[in-house]
Parts: sequence; C-alpha cells; structure tokens
Amino acid sequence: MTDLKKNNIIKKALSSVPVILLFISVLNNYDFNYLELKYFSFNFSYILIFYYSLKKSESLGYIYIFIAGLFNDVVVGTPIGLSSLMYLILCGAGAYLRNITLRPSLIKDCIFFLLTILIINSLLFISLNFIFDYELNYFDQIINITYTFLFYFLFSNIFDFFDKYIIGSNNAR
Amino acid sequence: METSRDDFVIAIRSAFLKKGTQQRFSLLSLIFFCIIFLILGNLNFKIINYIKIGINEIVYRSSFIVSAPENFIKNNYLVIQNHLNLYKINEKNKSELSNLRAKDLLNEFIILENKRLKKVVDDYMVKSGTIIAKVLSDKGSPFLRSVIINKGSKHKINLGMIAMDEEYLVGKVVEVNYLSSRVLLLTDLNSKIPVIVEPNEIFSILSGTGNKNGVIQYSKKYESIKTDSIIYTSGAGNLFKAGIPIGKINNSSLSQEKEVEFFSDFSQLRFVKIVSFIKNEAK
Repeated sequence: MTDLKKNNIIKKALSSVPVILLFISVLNNYDFNYLELKYFSFNFSYILIFYYSLKKSESLGYIYIFIAGLFNDVVVGTPIGLSSLMYLILCGAGAYLRNITLRPSLIKDCIFFLLTILIINSLLFISLNFIFDYELNYFDQIINITYTFLFYFLFSNIFDFFDKYIIGSNNAR
Repeated sequence: METSRDDFVIAIRSAFLKKGTQQRFSLLSLIFFCIIFLILGNLNFKIINYIKIGINEIVYRSSFIVSAPENFIKNNYLVIQNHLNLYKINEKNKSELSNLRAKDLLNEFIILENKRLKKVVDDYMVKSGTIIAKVLSDKGSPFLRSVIINKGSKHKINLGMIAMDEEYLVGKVVEVNYLSSRVLLLTDLNSKIPVIVEPNEIFSILSGTGNKNGVIQYSKKYESIKTDSIIYTSGAGNLFKAGIPIGKINNSSLSQEKEVEFFSDFSQLRFVKIVSFIKNEAK
C-alpha cells in the first residue's frame, strides 16, 4: 500500500517535469552570456512546447503554457501576452502535425518545427517592430532560429529517452 | 483535392477548437485571450496594468530564486576562468609595472630638475606647516564672503596664510584671534589675487564678484583666454606659492567678462587646510 502511494507520488512528480522545466526556462532565461559566445542563443521553451504538444499533449496544459508566456514577457520585457500568443500558435502547429501524421519521423517533425519557428519569429519580429516600436536585431533572430532548430534533434532524443526509460519504467513498476 | 482540403480543415479544427485530454481551455479561446491582453495592454487599460504589476512581483522574486543555481555555476565559472588567466594577467602586470617604473624614474628626474631650476631663480617654496581647521560659520552675505575657522594664534595661525580645500585654493587668512580666525574667500569682492591662465601663460588678476564665480581682470591678452583654461596662482608678489589650482574659465554666461568657475564649492566647506609656504633657503 505504501509502495503504491510512493509510486503514485513519484509518477506525478515525473509527469510534471515538463511543466517545471518550462517555468524554469522562462524564469531563468538562460543566456549563456558569461561564456562570451557572440553567435549563440537558442529558445529552449519553443523546443519543449513543440515536442510535448506533438508527442504528449497531456503533459503540458495550455493554461500552463499561457501563464509561462506571460512570465516570459515580464522577464524579457516584451508586451504582455505576446509570448503567450507565440507559444500557443506553436502548440497549435504541434497539435496540427499530430493530427495529420500517420507515421511519425524525427526529420519530418524537425522540418515542420523549422517552418513553425520561422513563422512565429516573423510574426514576433513584425509585431514588435511595426506595432510596438521595439528594435530587434534581425541577425540575432536568425541565429536563434538556427540553433533552436539544431538543438531540436538533441532535445527530442533526450525527451524521448526521459519518457521511455524514466517515466516508462516507473509506469511499468 | 476536395478530400485533402477537408482533411486540412478537420485537422486545424481539431487542433485549435477541440479541448485536448486534460485541457481546460481550447487553444483558440486562449489565443483570443492573448490578443485581448495585448490590445488592452497597448491601450494602457487599468486592469491589465494591475495584472502586470502582480505578475511582475511574482516573477521578479521567483526569477531570483530560480536563477540561483545558474548564478552559482556562472560565478564558479568566472572564478575558474580568473584562476586560469592568472598567469597571463601576471605577465601583463609585470610588463606594465616595468614600464611605469621607467616612467617614474623619468618623472623623478624632471621633478628634481624643476626644483633645482626654481632654486636658481629663487622661486622655490616649501610648505612650512599644515593646520586642519573646522569651519565654524560661513558668512554668506553678498558684502563679505568669508568663513570663521576654529584655529587662531594659539595654533600658530598668522595673517596671510592660505586656506585650501584639498589641493584647491579657497582664500587667505585676514583676521586672527586667539582661538579663531577669519578666512576671506576668493569669491569676496575684495579678494584680488595674481593668477596665471594656462595653456597660454597669461598673467592676470582674479577678482571675487560676491557671487559664486570670480572674474579675470587687468590682462592685456584678455581675448586669448579660452573657455576651460585652468587658473593657477602665479606666485607674483610672493603672496602665494605658484601653481596652486583655483578653477577654470567658464564662458557660458552672456556677459563679456571671463568668468572663473572655482574647483572647490565654497558653500560646502566643512574643513580647510591652513598652509603657509616659505622660501627654501637650502641651496
């Protein structure tokens, strides 16, 4: 009985890891500035949101994503609601891909992810530049998109591993 | 063709309109909510501002906590990097130090040469003593710009000694009592001291105006005095030692006079150094 209870707690904790990761990533806003790498930045939240809305939509509630977006706006300093909108569009794209996919493959996912982040960042750039009068560096955006796309391969494998061997093995017990 | 469009519409509808498993809101409703948030925020709507303030409070505090591990790693990384660069920094410092030592020797030679030349022209003065005095009262009347200090003849204060604020000249002692003295400030209308204006080496007289600035008077090269030129005591008449900094020319006002902005703020004097200079007799 105690084992069962313990297992349940661990299972719940492990299933909320994506949400915790999402909030840590938006609150911490990893910049790696201290490494003094000039041409390096990536958006971990985009990878996380897209992966989980594509593969395990029940792990990451839309409302959490919406709140995380609001938090991100406060940390980054963009108009409140803008990041939430982008995150939710990303979710929509993930959900759409899930609906149309019969045989999932990482390459297809990546290409679709690239298209989605290109659209999202274009929307972000247009809205910030032309509506809210923010100045953004176009070149930095391109670097961010490139690294986010490249890191998708790495992180999707890590998340796969996490789901299969850590959450999966816990479920089996 | 028709079927593929139907599929697309169904997929989109399913993605955006249907609530997924364990989802309380559909995507579309949340997207609408975001857009409303953005529009109202842009219009500076009061409720949105309050929400923003609330979120700010939560986020700033939690961000500080969440960033702690990364900050810890960052700090350690910087410490390690500093340690790794220690050898390089040390080498750089060593070469800089040797350069500076060489320059210092050169400077020492110039200072000694300068002293020797001044002795030759009988113009070399040394500080005979410094007395730190507290300003007791500050006479701010337009007719008399002076301060009372808490040192007098008991403390070997003599008439004509000069008062300095750090390294800047502020005035001279004009009245000595047993336990107090009066220092006439350079801003006083009665204060007239011989000065030199650098860079053009223009000899002149600095006169007080009764206000916070002074003016340059009695100079033949009046027009060649430029803004931001520095005023030093000239040492003429053996009243003051030459080369004590006083202020700089400030021609921001519309008047034709060459106004002098003093380096020291006379309204803020709390302590002054009372100094006398004597000619160095040792040759």
